[in-house]
Amino acid sequence: MKSAFWQRLDLWARRVVPAGLSLFFVLLAALPLPVPGYSSIVPMLVLASVFFWAIHQPSLLPPVVVFAIGLIQDALSGAPMGAGAVVVLLAYGVTVSQRRFFHNRSFIQVWVGFMVVAAAAALLGWLLTAANVGLFAPSRAALFQYLLTIAVYPLVTWLLHGAQRLTPSEA
Amino acid sequence: MARVAAPLRGAAQRFALGFLVLAAFGLMFLGKSDTHFVERMRTAVTDVATPILEAMAEPVAAVNRTIAYLGELAALREENARLREENQRLRSWHAAALRLDAENKSLREMLNYRGPDRNTFVSARVVADGHGPFVKSMLVNIGARDGIEKGQAAVTQLGLVGRVTELGERSARILMITDLNSRIPVLVEENRARAILAGDNSERPQLVFLPQGTKLRPGQRIVTSGHGGALPHGIPVGVVSSVDDNGSVRVRPFVDWERLEYTQIIDYEIEAVPLSSPTSRSRGAFAPRPAAAPSGQEDR
Repeated sequence: MKSAFWQRLDLWARRVVPAGLSLFFVLLAALPLPVPGYSSIVPMLVLASVFFWAIHQPSLLPPVVVFAIGLIQDALSGAPMGAGAVVVLLAYGVTVSQRRFFHNRSFIQVWVGFMVVAAAAALLGWLLTAANVGLFAPSRAALFQYLLTIAVYPLVTWLLHGAQRLTPSEA
Repeated sequence: MARVAAPLRGAAQRFALGFLVLAAFGLMFLGKSDTHFVERMRTAVTDVATPILEAMAEPVAAVNRTIAYLGELAALREENARLREENQRLRSWHAAALRLDAENKSLREMLNYRGPDRNTFVSARVVADGHGPFVKSMLVNIGARDGIEKGQAAVTQLGLVGRVTELGERSARILMITDLNSRIPVLVEENRARAILAGDNSERPQLVFLPQGTKLRPGQRIVTSGHGGALPHGIPVGVVSSVDDNGSVRVRPFVDWERLEYTQIIDYEIEAVPLSSPTSRSRGAFAPRPAAAPSGQEDR
């Protein structure tokens, strides 16, 4: 009886790894670092995380969780509520629909895939901001943010691959 | 069983996805019209996240302090020489300040001048940067329960940081003066020309609505004008950094954005308005009501 309880708790803890880590990335991105200009080029860690789980274990990161994470990110980052949620949801949807393509590909190929998805996400984010503010904001920072996101992707993936071993394998 | 369920589940997921995308879009539009509801949602999240971010920021701050300490150690000798020189210069300024202060006092007495409006402040810690390429804002760890209000000014010893734009119970968002949406009434200290400082997400906000024919040059100080009543008069904002041929004037803010760990929220009261009853302030309350207030009156 007791062991069954612990087993269930253990399984539950393993199942929330994708959502928990994504949420952790939201908080991590919000931390103030004393690097000049860092706050405007914080890498889109959440996007990388959502992309990864959309390929490997979408069942543990259902759309509604992606939506919630996007909203929390908007609330903390100061972006218009819903803008970030639209971006991560669409990135998630596109990635899930292409996940067969990403399976058994080399790391470089998946990385290139992420570059495409992240570029579309950055562009969409920029357009949504323009629609919201009513003018096209300078986009140089967005470009640097994109490049930094691409650059940290291998590190994020490496961490998430480690975390993935904790999750229960897909039924 | 799983084989039959999989396509069904896929369809349901696709439906959910489409619905949620629409919901997020809807929220964006709602935020444009009914800001109150969306803002409540937002502050609910920040109220919960602020204590967590505070705890997470502590180790980061410790690492930063260590790095800063090592950096200082390396530059100790030069720093010392520079400070000695600066100290000498400041001493002469100090003497000048004392002389001016005395003169000011006697002139005020002659004129029976009422003095600047009173204000108090609450100190806040920056727990999160508003991040992303299109936002210049930050979250601080105080809110409505600490007695701050929307629209109040956030400053450091160096100058104006921004204004409180969103207020939760225990968290608040400060819109920096460099943000696209920031508009601050200011004046040029030297010639008292009024203008609006308009942020555009760049490091150097722009001076707009200057009176026609105003001649500006780099180095002139910009301070808040106090017009509109929300901000105190005379908070240093920055210096004119460049003047274009076509009349575009840029300002370099005084605030050191990279070392912004704490900020003070100024509770500004115009004296003609009756004082509200003093509220107790829990966090960072090292600014009691100013001693200038006649004692005993507020206690009643």
